[in-house]
Amino acid sequence: MFETLSDRLTSVFSSLRGKGRLSEEDINATSREIRLALLEADVALPVVREFISRIKERARGEEVSKALNPAQQVIKIVNEELVEILGGETRQIRFAKNPPTVIMLAGLQGAGKTTLAGKLARWLSADRNTPLLVAADLQRPNAVTQLQVVGERASTPVFAPEPGNGQGDPVEVARASIEHARHNNHNVVIIDTAGRLGVDSEMMQQAADIRDAVSPDEILFVVDAMIGQDAVNTAQAFLDGVGYDAVALTKLDGDARGGAALSIRHITGRPIMFASTGEKLEDFDLFHPDRMASRILDMGDVLTLIEQAQRTFDESEVEKMASTMSSDDDFTLDDFLQQMQMVRKLGPIGNLLGMMPGMGQMKEQIEGIDDKDVDRIQAVIQSMTDDPGRARQPQDDQRLAPPADRQRFRYRGQRRERPGHPLLRGAEDDAQDEEGRRHERYARYAGDARRRRRWWRRQEEAEEEGQEGQAAQRQPPEGPPAGGRTRGRAQAAPGGGRSADARPSPGPRRRWPAHAAPGSGRAEHARPVELQASQEQVVDAGRPGSPGRPFVCAQV
Amino acid sequence: MDITLLAAVAIVVVLLAVGGFFLVRTRRSVAPGKDEAGTEITGKPTAAPPEEDRERDEGTVVTPPSQAPPAAEETVAEPEPAPAPEIETPPPSAGRMVRLRARLARSQSSLGQGLLSLLSSDSLDEDTWEEIEDTLITADIGVTSATQIVENLRTRVKVLGTRGTDEVRGLLREELLAHIGADTDRTVRTEPHGERPAVIMVVGVNGTGKTTTTGKLARVLVGDGRSVVLGAADTFRAAATEQLQTWGGRVGAPVVSKEEGSDPASVAFDTVARGTDEGADTVIIDTAGRLHTKTGLMDELGKVKRVVEKKSQVDEVLLVLDATTGQNGLRQARVFAEVVNITGIALTKLDGTAKGGIIVQVQRELGVPVKLVGLGEGPDDLAPFDPEVFVDALLEG
Repeated sequence: MFETLSDRLTSVFSSLRGKGRLSEEDINATSREIRLALLEADVALPVVREFISRIKERARGEEVSKALNPAQQVIKIVNEELVEILGGETRQIRFAKNPPTVIMLAGLQGAGKTTLAGKLARWLSADRNTPLLVAADLQRPNAVTQLQVVGERASTPVFAPEPGNGQGDPVEVARASIEHARHNNHNVVIIDTAGRLGVDSEMMQQAADIRDAVSPDEILFVVDAMIGQDAVNTAQAFLDGVGYDAVALTKLDGDARGGAALSIRHITGRPIMFASTGEKLEDFDLFHPDRMASRILDMGDVLTLIEQAQRTFDESEVEKMASTMSSDDDFTLDDFLQQMQMVRKLGPIGNLLGMMPGMGQMKEQIEGIDDKDVDRIQAVIQSMTDDPGRARQPQDDQRLAPPADRQRFRYRGQRRERPGHPLLRGAEDDAQDEEGRRHERYARYAGDARRRRRWWRRQEEAEEEGQEGQAAQRQPPEGPPAGGRTRGRAQAAPGGGRSADARPSPGPRRRWPAHAAPGSGRAEHARPVELQASQEQVVDAGRPGSPGRPFVCAQV
Repeated sequence: MDITLLAAVAIVVVLLAVGGFFLVRTRRSVAPGKDEAGTEITGKPTAAPPEEDRERDEGTVVTPPSQAPPAAEETVAEPEPAPAPEIETPPPSAGRMVRLRARLARSQSSLGQGLLSLLSSDSLDEDTWEEIEDTLITADIGVTSATQIVENLRTRVKVLGTRGTDEVRGLLREELLAHIGADTDRTVRTEPHGERPAVIMVVGVNGTGKTTTTGKLARVLVGDGRSVVLGAADTFRAAATEQLQTWGGRVGAPVVSKEEGSDPASVAFDTVARGTDEGADTVIIDTAGRLHTKTGLMDELGKVKRVVEKKSQVDEVLLVLDATTGQNGLRQARVFAEVVNITGIALTKLDGTAKGGIIVQVQRELGVPVKLVGLGEGPDDLAPFDPEVFVDALLEG
């Protein structure tokens, strides 16, 4: 069973490699596959037939492209045709010259009208509109209550004079709502009507009556993306019965291919205006035809992936990532780990891969991806030694290098461009700027938040204890410090408690970033002379973007 | 108000239980062969063998009513003097399918006519076969199934040398029936097991009509003289609980609910606990609609079932499928079957133009039978699925 159109076509063309031009037979074989793919995506049969004939025509006439093989060529044609049918531009709401603008929702039962009404209201409010929701679904039990709750979530007033559950006249409600909106300065009125079937003439008449009573500026036909071949009948029935200006597609967050969108657009000529992609009120946006085309063909959705990335990362992060890649430095395991973690922030990795084109062939492998693997990779990388013979254990670290250089060493451990000997310290000065940036980048992922919290906590504890005059007796926490055991230690007895004067005074130093803060635990080597200077540098390094001395990231 | 209502319900339940018990006792000992069907059912109210159900599927709904017609009249008469005017007494389920057949037939007419005209053409050539296949595809039967049905049909027509329209149609009918599975057990298991009530879970994606189906099913069961407890485990959607309460209130079935956003599993558990305490016959749990692609929500559903199973075995998990659903229905069924092991399908909104052909594929791939069909917005528009009626309606036009 082939999952995607591209798989199907690839299999058709596998025997034809090397052919420059599509023969009639190829085209027929291809069109059969396209037909199947479209039908499986729930594109309505009449639409498929017409579509196929157009594809055939174009495929015959198409110039031989050197860049594309026949399969790709056909897919390109199909994709272009799909986008064209789905409508090029994104359609906007037409607002009435004299408010209120009236938007009426109609559709089958369970298409998601009431929820969409709430989403639409929220979406409109974001653009400084003052929408009013009207509960004209008096049919379904408690539809009115549902709209009231949805209205509350969207913080939009709901006009619901009738209790519903079969009582009251929706036409009257709709009519009264317009007056109500005028009096209360609502510039948009969203009328939620009852779900109805295309064959139910009585209910269709009612919808038409509501339409005539309020003369809406936009009638939206709400349709479920999962709808099958019946989309054509229903869409046509509603077009004849109520007439609508645009379509809103719901439940697009499922894995339905949404061929219905294509069918409805093609049969009725009405554009698809909105797409609703989730249960939350904010999962709602204008419809993008080009992405729908890819979805129908199951060709991946790179644009959505890009948008998701844009939402998740800010520009500076992206830039840093890019500079890491383009800089002369080696791409280390740490960089790799960092990138894996960034990817993970985007969501389940399987989903991300699914959005890439051509991943249909690897569906099973993708399903087997376990996001916990990233954690494992993290554990593996972080338990590695930086350098042969140098474990990332604090003791080793200290044994190998004099304390003054430890931080540089450790830092450079990430980079491999360590000087041959700790005495070659001067050589690194020119690299300080860049290193400052790098250390920030590194610190970002290295669990700094946790370390910072811990440090603050210790400071506060120390403060309290200090007030009680017990500070000097205080024992250090058990085990190696979580991090930041890097610099600024002075006058600490090996393995002993912290001396009171080595602890930073709580006042101004509070602004220090945790990673640069004086370490919390033991420091075997006393460095009284360096203390002052290194603390200053620490403050520098802590300010984003300012050059500073690198700090050492100990184990996370 | 609530207390009087509850009291009334409790009285009715007690009366029903006592009355029903005595009636059953007397009938079992006194009238062994007056009305064959009737006695058989009354004799075995708790464990009616499926074969009998199959035989009587035409006439009855869902499950054999646990009381024979006279008994049903008794129980129906009893609640009337009870001081609860808003409790409706739904008609018993018998004969429901007959009433709904006309509606089903009407909704399918275009497909039937299309096939009829195709099959009555003189020569069945390549184009005709393709047309037949296309007609089946328009019913959402799916490309694979449609191709297979047509292939089989072609072979048989060739082998048998059949020409006549009626004969070909007969073959097509057989072929469709074979795909839908005419001899599958389609009873909804609603009989209580001794002390424990039967537990039914209703699951599905958003907007297919789970709450409505739950309400309708409760009505059918109450109409057949059962006591039903409903569980509003849809704690997510706005006003879903109220919707179910409206349904429950109409037939006097108690609804167990908690505030919005609470844990559905706990609601489900409480429902079963209450059903057991009250000695109810059937417990129906309505769950929130969830898209099968949302892993978190599907896990939640699995949890609901597991939690319920701590209290009582789950007898039925009904997947509610919308007849308008296209090929995605198969994926839905697959995932739901994986997570909660669905035992039956309720096909809703069959009164529209949609044919619900997706069930052919679902049944073929997963072997999960369609057990109920929803045929409209009326409170009594729920019927047992009858493959023959379904296929006939598909072909008659």
